[in-house]
Amino acid sequence: MIEISPMIEIDGVQKWFGARQVLHDCSTVVAAGEVVVVCGPSGSGKSTLVKCVNGLEPFQGGHIRVDGISVGARGTDLPRLRTRVGMVFQSFDLYPHMSVLDNVSLAQIHVLKRGRAEARSRSEALLARVGLADKISARPAQLSGGQQQRVCIARALAMDPAAMLFDEPTSALDPEMVQEVLEVMQALAAGGMTMMVVTHEMGFARRVADRAVFMDHGRILEDTPIGEFFAGARTERARQFLAKVLTH
Amino acid sequence: MDDFDWAVILRSAGFLGHGLALSALLVAVASLGGLGLGTGLALVRLVAPRGVGAIVAGYVAVLRSVPLILVLFWFYFLLPIATGRPVSALGSALTAFVLFEAAFYCEIVRAGIAGVPQGQRLAAMATGLRGWQALRLVILPQAARAMVPVLLNQVILVFQDTSLVYVVSLRDFLTTANIVATRDGRPLEMYGTVAVTYLVLCLGGTLLIRLRSA
Repeated sequence: MIEISPMIEIDGVQKWFGARQVLHDCSTVVAAGEVVVVCGPSGSGKSTLVKCVNGLEPFQGGHIRVDGISVGARGTDLPRLRTRVGMVFQSFDLYPHMSVLDNVSLAQIHVLKRGRAEARSRSEALLARVGLADKISARPAQLSGGQQQRVCIARALAMDPAAMLFDEPTSALDPEMVQEVLEVMQALAAGGMTMMVVTHEMGFARRVADRAVFMDHGRILEDTPIGEFFAGARTERARQFLAKVLTH
Repeated sequence: MDDFDWAVILRSAGFLGHGLALSALLVAVASLGGLGLGTGLALVRLVAPRGVGAIVAGYVAVLRSVPLILVLFWFYFLLPIATGRPVSALGSALTAFVLFEAAFYCEIVRAGIAGVPQGQRLAAMATGLRGWQALRLVILPQAARAMVPVLLNQVILVFQDTSLVYVVSLRDFLTTANIVATRDGRPLEMYGTVAVTYLVLCLGGTLLIRLRSA
């Protein structure tokens, strides 16, 4: 068996919002190049878990390592670590006061210290990759939701991340725009990107993911290869969940 | 209106001009200084530890609760005592205006920043921008855009408030007009001129706001 290097290691993570515990002893490992879908009913803690991975949410117990760097450690430079892990949110938060090009270039210039010309050519290449080469000077408000979300993906990719986190990237989209975003994500996965994707899109999960992590009430109940997950989930909760999202 | 004396306005135009210049100086210093200090206070409230934030909140609450005329008095009498040397009426008035306006601008800026969706900060942080970079490059430009009408509105209010400096014997626009009105027995001409000037400038300002926010 080939030694697979872990890209994201989540080990016994505990998190509280005040007195309420929202993550209970969560552990999973995402190998380099692997695509893991995180699913579960709303309020199960799946969004919170992926936000812990890049330190946007602090956690109180356990460890998370990204590319070998401990997220929760005191000395960790979180902004730097975040350039290694791109993130795309549910509510495609493009900066409304900037052009599409500037949205994608901003962090390249101010975080990676790339020159404007270099940032621009990289942004153009990325926007072409997500199918928006003709929109570089548009404002976010002039784009459809699906287009905005694709720009968000380009913006995250502009940092040359080693892994990508997706927090329900298609949940806020009109149904006819879901596919264009999923296609970009599928192409990304095919290119070998390590991905952790919170989603209800089970078709995407079946086609693209290697593994499914099923969460309920802040616990990881299943962590299985995608085929097994759909063929016969072990827990009753997962079977109920699947029955609901698949018939829907 | 037969005896409306246009000549008195022309004759006193230079004197009135000095008054208007003082009003303009007060507006400029109070607005720019107030905005600068107020933005600083708003940022302190956003990022500083709770204790420091509470002090700023207290400052803002106190200054917003007392009449400006009282603040002008305080500084006129207290500033020389506090600094141990004489302070001109203008110096004390400018200080009072800046500190008073800062309290209002602090709240305007704070509301402006709070009005920017939380997702903007998260999105910026997620690309590796540091907190202050996110603030400077993403949050503040959006907040500023939303604040422009409110800020211009505040400038108009300051302009109207400048007339209060008569209590520390400064001659602003209204005060100079008042002096001429009493001296020459021409209240109609003088107060009319003042009213029209205020109206034109404030209405002009309001139209500017409308155009900007349209």
